[in-house]
Amino acid sequence: MEDLAIYLGCLLLVAGAGFSLLAAVGVVRLPDLLTRMHAASKAGAVGGGLILLAVPLVALDASVALRAILGVLFLLLTTPVSAHLLARASLTAPDRGTPMIKINELEREKRISP
Amino acid sequence: MRQIVLGVALVLLWAAITANFSTPNLALGALVALGALAFLRRSFSQPLHFRKLRALLGLSISFCVELMLSAIRVARVVLTPDLDRVLRPAIFAFPLGVKSDAEIATLANLITLTPGTLSVDVSDDRTMLYVHVLQHTTREAFIAELQNGFERQVREVFA
Repeated sequence: MEDLAIYLGCLLLVAGAGFSLLAAVGVVRLPDLLTRMHAASKAGAVGGGLILLAVPLVALDASVALRAILGVLFLLLTTPVSAHLLARASLTAPDRGTPMIKINELEREKRISP
Repeated sequence: MRQIVLGVALVLLWAAITANFSTPNLALGALVALGALAFLRRSFSQPLHFRKLRALLGLSISFCVELMLSAIRVARVVLTPDLDRVLRPAIFAFPLGVKSDAEIATLANLITLTPGTLSVDVSDDRTMLYVHVLQHTTREAFIAELQNGFERQVREVFA
């Protein structure tokens, strides 16, 4: 039983590390900040979350498990907020580079003020 | 009554997190719990319904499923050799049906962590939520999907 938990934990660790790696690859490969935030917020949060979920399975300790699960919760609460702020900042900043956007209804309806 | 239950739960949580069930630590936890309860006093005005809890559970489950799907989808996009062919980024204005700050914030956070969408901004009059989409289809399809999915569920939780 303990072995099973540890193997499952290792599996989660590898999956989490894989998603984190893919998030990093996405940040390098995608063309502009907005598309990069997709990779960083989603794949990044899932990667970090899976690694945190692996911790209780490997540690087998109630207090460690509780803290790890709270960690996942806070990760899921804070990641979208930071992604949102970065995305908004990139659209409000004077030097916006050349974002690759095919349809932009925000631009059409108003210029957001900082 | 509910405040007492919540207070005891908070103290136990405090002891579990600090991994220390000694009397001084429990007393410290009780102080923190009292502070938190005093801070939350106003939110206890309306009673909690079990129907709401079920809606919250449903929302949490569908959120976890969507989160995994979205990570897998981003991973697949990232690994495509020809990025320009699969990327169709767009910013859509989504007409908000929910009105309160808590509902809008919850919906925006859910949108950011679900497949191919990232909330960017809320209009000043809070009628529009601007969403960045990684691979856009049509505006109508996008709006319909959100309205029938998360927006309805968020409304059930907060209703």
